[in-house]
Amino acid sequence: MELLLVLLIGVLYSAGVYLILRRSMVRLLLGIMLLGNATNLLIFLFGNITKGKPPIIKADLKVFEEIYADPVPQALILTAIVISFGLTSFAIVLLKRVYALINSDDLDDLNTPEEEDL
Amino acid sequence: MIPFGKYFRTKWCAVLILLPLSIFCYLLGYIPTVRSGNVAYEFYQWVPSLNINLDLRIDGLSLLFALLISGIGSLIFLYASAYLKGHQYLDRFYAYLCLFMASMLGIVLSNNILLLFIFWELTSISSFFLIGFNNDNPDSRKSALTALSVTGMGGFFLLTGMILIGNIAGTYSISELMNAADVIKNHELYPLVLLLVFIGAFTKSAQFPFHFWLPGAMKAPTPVSAYLHSATMVKAGIFLLARFSPILGNTTAWSYTLMIVGGLTMLYAAIHALFRTDLKSILAYSTISALGVLTFLIGLGTEAALVAAVTFIVVHALYKATLFMTTGIIDHETGTRELTQLGGLRKVLLPVFIAGLLAALSSAGMPLLFGFISKDLIYEATLHADQQLAIYLTAAAFVTNLCLVAAGFMAGIKPFTGSLPQAYEKVHLPYKAMWIPPLVLAFAGLYFGFFPNSAGEQLIAPAVNAMSIAPAAVHLKIWHGFNTVLILSLVTLVTGTAIYYVNKADSRKLAWVQSFQSASPQAIIERLSSGFVKFSDWYTDTMHNGFLRSYLLKIILFAELLLAYELFIGGPIYIDYSKLSAISVYEAINVLILIAAVVLTVTTSSRLTAVVGTSVIGYAICLMFVYYSAPDLAMTQFTIDTLTVVLFVFVLFNLPPFINQANNTIVIRDTVVALGFGIILSVIAIKVLQVPTDISISKFYGDFAYTLAKGKNVVNVILVDFRGFDTMFEIVVLSIAALGVYSLIKLRLTSSEKE
Amino acid sequence: MRSAILQTASRYLLPILLLFSVFLLLRGHYYPGGGFVGGLVAAIAFVLHSFAHGTTNTMKIIGYKPMALIPVGLGIASLAMFLPVLIGYPVMTGLWFEEPIPVIGMMGSALFFDLGVYLVVIGVVLTILFTISLHTH
Repeated sequence: MELLLVLLIGVLYSAGVYLILRRSMVRLLLGIMLLGNATNLLIFLFGNITKGKPPIIKADLKVFEEIYADPVPQALILTAIVISFGLTSFAIVLLKRVYALINSDDLDDLNTPEEEDL
Repeated sequence: MIPFGKYFRTKWCAVLILLPLSIFCYLLGYIPTVRSGNVAYEFYQWVPSLNINLDLRIDGLSLLFALLISGIGSLIFLYASAYLKGHQYLDRFYAYLCLFMASMLGIVLSNNILLLFIFWELTSISSFFLIGFNNDNPDSRKSALTALSVTGMGGFFLLTGMILIGNIAGTYSISELMNAADVIKNHELYPLVLLLVFIGAFTKSAQFPFHFWLPGAMKAPTPVSAYLHSATMVKAGIFLLARFSPILGNTTAWSYTLMIVGGLTMLYAAIHALFRTDLKSILAYSTISALGVLTFLIGLGTEAALVAAVTFIVVHALYKATLFMTTGIIDHETGTRELTQLGGLRKVLLPVFIAGLLAALSSAGMPLLFGFISKDLIYEATLHADQQLAIYLTAAAFVTNLCLVAAGFMAGIKPFTGSLPQAYEKVHLPYKAMWIPPLVLAFAGLYFGFFPNSAGEQLIAPAVNAMSIAPAAVHLKIWHGFNTVLILSLVTLVTGTAIYYVNKADSRKLAWVQSFQSASPQAIIERLSSGFVKFSDWYTDTMHNGFLRSYLLKIILFAELLLAYELFIGGPIYIDYSKLSAISVYEAINVLILIAAVVLTVTTSSRLTAVVGTSVIGYAICLMFVYYSAPDLAMTQFTIDTLTVVLFVFVLFNLPPFINQANNTIVIRDTVVALGFGIILSVIAIKVLQVPTDISISKFYGDFAYTLAKGKNVVNVILVDFRGFDTMFEIVVLSIAALGVYSLIKLRLTSSEKE
Repeated sequence: MRSAILQTASRYLLPILLLFSVFLLLRGHYYPGGGFVGGLVAAIAFVLHSFAHGTTNTMKIIGYKPMALIPVGLGIASLAMFLPVLIGYPVMTGLWFEEPIPVIGMMGSALFFDLGVYLVVIGVVLTILFTISLHTH
């Protein structure tokens, strides 16, 4: 099953890189989101992949008795997911504002005013 | 000092003279100590961790230089108070001058080569401000920049050299380095060290081929030229050579390099000086020539040569500062420095004439002046050098001296003799503060000429001792007896005077010399630097073209190459199937959905489809988390994904449709790059599976989650307890993002309201 | 987007979802859940309500601007962090009540910290979404 995850990581990274190389700002943003997801999965893979054993101690026990999923990557990813929401929302608003100003989704249009100044 | 600036702009600036004067008097007190062969030390902690401390030493050499710096400094402070009287930025000028003087004193007094370097750079910087003091003049700015870049570049080499020295000897202290001289000289890196130190010294002391910044630096106000180019800035390089001669000196490489470079410089600049018509230009070239003589003498390295060098340092400082100051007065009073227009000024500027005359005669080596003694010593040094070399060295010194005699006369006597042009009849003596300093220096030359031993035993002998390993006895005499040296001196004087009469200042000759300008080192270096500017332009255009995707493409490609190389050398990659878990149908279907969603997102031309695709990806990943025992992650991913979709839906209506302006080549290129990146990351992921996971951290959290933190959901315990600080900062970051969104939207409203 | 079904449903869903989010928050220390998830669920509850009744009406229910929740949450979280210092322990030492409290179970400073996270998350998400939605239409 890990191999499926490996495949998935590759696909997500490829898609993310391809999207951030586009001229459209929306695609750039989607690309960043995909890259974030890919990275989360990669971190997840760093820990031991375990099925059906969440890192939660049973009610009647004080420590784990058997194998359990690695909690450290999970804590890291949880933080990353929440932060990425902050990033995405800020980027979306930024994008909206840029569009309101220059009326274009084209990243190249961002350069033009500056060049005119020169 | 800054708040009081406006006071110093007026006549209160005279108070500032007390500063160098008191330093001078304080240093005079060290003469007895140093004379008896002792070295005085002062020590303050500064950056102990880097072994850089305010570690000062006063030996003969530093005392001599420090006295020159502070002594001539006092006179320059006085002179400048009159020269720049009423100047708008006089306060600024004095601040730069004080900074410069302090850093020069720092150079000569430091006992740590890194400290020396710091002061060395400070002189470069403060001289930049001084040379470019008339900052509304583009020429002035350009010369300041040239001076800074040449000396700054030299400083860079010097720093490298010093660090090498420190690594070889294991210490940065000059006192300790003197004991480690043999270690350094026998080290295999010695030639490199020598090269680096030489470049530092040559750039600072304007040696060929780095000499060109000095004539340019004549754009500075004359007090600056008088100070920087007689006693201080340019002598720093000489000081460095003198300081290092007991550490690095006395080898073939050392002697020959210095003799060749010094000899070349002194001849080249001395001959050049004769063709100039601008007084300051003449002085600039004769200064370069004098610096060449000094380098040459230090390279010669015999005891006689060192005595001659030290004496010449003092002599040159005295007469050159005088000549600069008289030139400054002429410039100030008549408004020109063109030799062809000046004449007969003795009738109106008598005291200035006396000072100029004495200085010119001293520079010519007239008996009974200090210059005579130094000229004698120079000939003595060259004549007593190696048998085969003596004749060439003497010849070089002779020619240089000839030209220097003539140049000195041109600068010190020519403007005062002949008939006074009508235009200058009304010229009158300036303030006393202006003509007294050159007169003082000129008479000091006369005094030392009569009583050479007063300087010889007090100052010159200790300085020579500090430079050479064996103690030297120095007895300066007016009369050496009738010998070759005396004949040479007299011949020099007579021939030099003859040259002075024959060589009339002429602008045509100047133009002829200027025609060689395109082959000069200055032109070559300027061409190099403009080539560099072009290269930077090209580099900026290709690498920093302002297109985000072009940056990203380069960064990603570079990362790919780096990672691929790392993977290539990182050993075999294999998959251990026994460790892998089985694939269930649900998982396989989930992955298929995910891949389909990715393809949809990438290829679609509709924004809505792309957003839907992205959210499907998110939900699918959420399912993966469910399979792999991460319930907290699954819940978070689910809610966040939902909210992100909502966010997109809110904004999406306002967004433009996708543009599709990429042509096929670009699409293929990007696809290749993207696939490459994905494959490399997959390989990395496989490699990760290969390595057994270190579970000690997870085990720690697992073991103590309940016993210490009384929680059973380990992920949550990590978030709110073990790593609570991180979570705290995370929510702070989130709050900042929310504030950012809020203000961005409000900002839009206000700006549109304005419209 | 205003359908009668959604409006009716959301009227009941809001309190239920809020209750659920508090439940997630409280049990976070022992079972899946916690401040982040709880806060997100609560935020979704309000967003759902705003879909049905309009953002302005939802704002009225809350009574305050959601942004006010951010400093409150940050304050509670930092209080939970620095409270141990007042008693003489290092920062972030877990403090616990001796006896378990009914329904909630053991209660300690970690829960207060999580409560702070919960409030900040609600505040942040609602600030972002409501500002955007209020100024888009």
